[in-house]
Amino acid sequence: MSDTSQAAANSQATNGANGRFDLIRLLLEGRAFFALIAIIVVFSILSPSYFTVNNFLTMSSHVSIFALLSLGMLLVILTGGIDLSVGSTMAFAGVFAGFLLQGVPLEIFGVVLYPPVWVIAILTGALGAFVGAINGVLVAYFKVPAFVATLGMLYVARGVALLMTDGLTYNNLGGSPEFGNTGFDWLGFNKLLGIPVGVLIMAVVAILCLLALSRTPFGRWVYSTGGNARAAELSGVPVKRVQVSVYVLSGICAAIAGLVLSSQLTSAGPTAGTTYELTAIAGVVIGGAALTGGRGTVRGTLLGAFVIGFLSDGLVIVGVSSYWQTVFTGAVIVLAVLLNGIQYRGRKQRGDSSQDDSSSSQQATPSAMEAPAVESAAGKPASQS
Amino acid sequence: MINEHEVERTSGERVTDEAILSARHIAKSFGNVHALKTVDFDVHRGKVTTLFGENGAGKSTLMKILSGVIRPTSGKILLDGQPVSFDSTTDAQRLGISIIHQELSLAPNLSVRDNIFMGRELGNATGIDYAEETRQTRLLMEELDEPIDPLTPVEDLRLGQQQIVEIARALSVNSRILIMDEPTSALSATEVEVLFKVIRDLKSRGVSIVYISHHLEEALQITDHAVVLRDGIMTAYAERKDIDLEWIVRNMVGDNFDLGSPPSGYTMGDVALSLDSITVPDASVPGRMLVDQVSLNVRAGEVVCIYGLMGAGRTELLESVAGRLDAADGRVLLEGEDISRLSIAERIAKGLVLVPEDRQRDGLVQTMSVGQNLSLASIGAFTKGLLTSRRREQAVVDEAISNVHIKTDGGEAAISSLSGGNQQKVVIGKMLATHPKAVLLDEPSRGIDVGAKAEVFKLLSEGASRGLSVVFSTSEVGECLSIAHRIVVMSRGRIVAEFGPDVMKEEIMAASGEAVVA
Repeated sequence: MSDTSQAAANSQATNGANGRFDLIRLLLEGRAFFALIAIIVVFSILSPSYFTVNNFLTMSSHVSIFALLSLGMLLVILTGGIDLSVGSTMAFAGVFAGFLLQGVPLEIFGVVLYPPVWVIAILTGALGAFVGAINGVLVAYFKVPAFVATLGMLYVARGVALLMTDGLTYNNLGGSPEFGNTGFDWLGFNKLLGIPVGVLIMAVVAILCLLALSRTPFGRWVYSTGGNARAAELSGVPVKRVQVSVYVLSGICAAIAGLVLSSQLTSAGPTAGTTYELTAIAGVVIGGAALTGGRGTVRGTLLGAFVIGFLSDGLVIVGVSSYWQTVFTGAVIVLAVLLNGIQYRGRKQRGDSSQDDSSSSQQATPSAMEAPAVESAAGKPASQS
Repeated sequence: MINEHEVERTSGERVTDEAILSARHIAKSFGNVHALKTVDFDVHRGKVTTLFGENGAGKSTLMKILSGVIRPTSGKILLDGQPVSFDSTTDAQRLGISIIHQELSLAPNLSVRDNIFMGRELGNATGIDYAEETRQTRLLMEELDEPIDPLTPVEDLRLGQQQIVEIARALSVNSRILIMDEPTSALSATEVEVLFKVIRDLKSRGVSIVYISHHLEEALQITDHAVVLRDGIMTAYAERKDIDLEWIVRNMVGDNFDLGSPPSGYTMGDVALSLDSITVPDASVPGRMLVDQVSLNVRAGEVVCIYGLMGAGRTELLESVAGRLDAADGRVLLEGEDISRLSIAERIAKGLVLVPEDRQRDGLVQTMSVGQNLSLASIGAFTKGLLTSRRREQAVVDEAISNVHIKTDGGEAAISSLSGGNQQKVVIGKMLATHPKAVLLDEPSRGIDVGAKAEVFKLLSEGASRGLSVVFSTSEVGECLSIAHRIVVMSRGRIVAEFGPDVMKEEIMAASGEAVVA
């Protein structure tokens, strides 16, 4: 066969497609970005108070919670998994931090320990990592489907949080100067260079995720595990360790989100963040990631989180009832997935049509390979001779 | 309607017979791969017609066209002399053509009765008429002389009995033509006897059978007509009385495309890869071994071919050596060092790599680019500290693309933009980029055209001349006689024979249990 002529046909086919589909493709691929612009324009027209620096900063600190959860979720989804426990883990982490701020009574020694805030932050992060590690080990080593393992953790983490406070909320997170544990409100209320600390934390986590995914071996492992775990394994990728790692990182992200949220609210309640796991998934999906794994970007996920946050805050500002907000958010999510489908199907359809057209064989190759291989593929499990 | 017609055969003889189903000038292309090139084919009323041919000869493609799974690129199908075309297997079934695949399509959790009436349940006023379904099922089973209770769950039946249930299902939709793809491959000798009895019985009732099998002798017992395919062309046709095993083998293998000869002009090194009584148990059948005490030494610069039929244990052997499958027993030594306990990644680092059989399932990450696939197994080579270096990765990718001659627009191209042969080269290039000492390739030529095949073998041969140990498996006997210095034949998990490069194809096939030619 002539590989060169085929390569030429390939590039021709691609170029032709580019010319025709440029605008549609651009709109499709940048859909999260365009959606965000549209949301900002519409709400700015509807309400004069929407398009102000202050409002953007407020909305952004709301977004930072979603974005932190979504970034962790992105890592998990890229490997082809899902983490339903992040909302509960976030509440659990908040309650844990609140508990530590009240002081830890050590009865044996008859003293009460008041850890400083930075120690509390580290311990809370470790708690998130621990919760994630349980998820990861269940998924990678015990082969529990990710949906089920993390669904279980959704209940368990929430339950433990409720047990810790007996269902109550810690309202005093201020600490006291005499114990040296003040400063927890810094996370939620202070600004650096005019930007809320929560937003800065989100930015730092996003940059770390971006670096990890695009510039480290770990990032390549994550994408290959989600793209084809069997091929990745045979190429020497430590698939199981990668799986555990992404759940650990997702747990840490959830714990950070829990710290920021309880600081913003100046209270840590065990029922905080209910259904936030779904918002996080929505952010990732709106950002163009495939739930089947292997496809998705940090940039898209951030845009997705901003779309959700700016939309719901905008609806509040123009005075739409919260019931309608729920409806709108749901519609946006479905629309996003629908467009995902169109984008990926678009690729495939172009391939299918070229199969009939014998001059361009670009996408026909996958089926070409199946065809002669069928005899052996079909026979393998059954034949014992 | 009876259709008498004369056909000019490729062998030159003129045959007059009664054909119920005829394929005329059937061709099928998948992109640039021509799986079938103008094949004429007749199925005779009440007779068994067997299709012979090596893997990739086009047997399955032809069967799929006749049963409506795929449509031909050109040509026509005549049923009782009338042109027909089917868009689906349901269409074909309505016209009386059923196919029984190697992998049975029964629902194991349902009963025999429910399987037979799956999708076309008999209804009455209250829902499904179970009593009538049961009665009809019992009747079918009696006709087939196989007293299986209609209410038995299919999972409780032996494989042979499950096959009978499949046949019963085909008969229950009044099939006149039954296509059987490797029906005996999983059956015991007694079960084969039962199946053949059923087939003879079906013949006497006017059912026509198209039969595919790799077990040539077995097929000769039952067939009335033989058709041989090679590289998508019908090379021979004859009636049973005119042929013997030798005739089939001769027409099957033919003169192969030159796939090269064993590399020479250098001295082989010491033993590089050493397998010591590797044993892999069958997880589904206790006590059965997929690989049974296989020992093999491969020297640096040597090319070894492992030949065997489907299920001979080739894939399991190679996967266990590469660390994918856990071996129950045995050791793998690479340059004298025991690597049996190492992970896949560690074995790659030591210099032992596997190019898997199914590149879509095990070889490629479809969501990543050509370049990312090529560099996947050697990420460490372009990582500095914590971060990867784009520049150095580009160098790795460019080197791999030029080393294995991949025709691509560049490393950024999508995997799906490559032809099958080039995709295979990506998988090979990925593993060679790790600079291995020994490379295992499981059916490296599967699903690629003959030109790409020759290129792949040339690559391996060049690698060997630079001191690489190469072990590749194949189920095409022609490929054994290409670049291999040594041919090892596997059957039922064991090495049963070993040949030099001057062996005859027939000897290899005889050793594998495929055919015993005197």
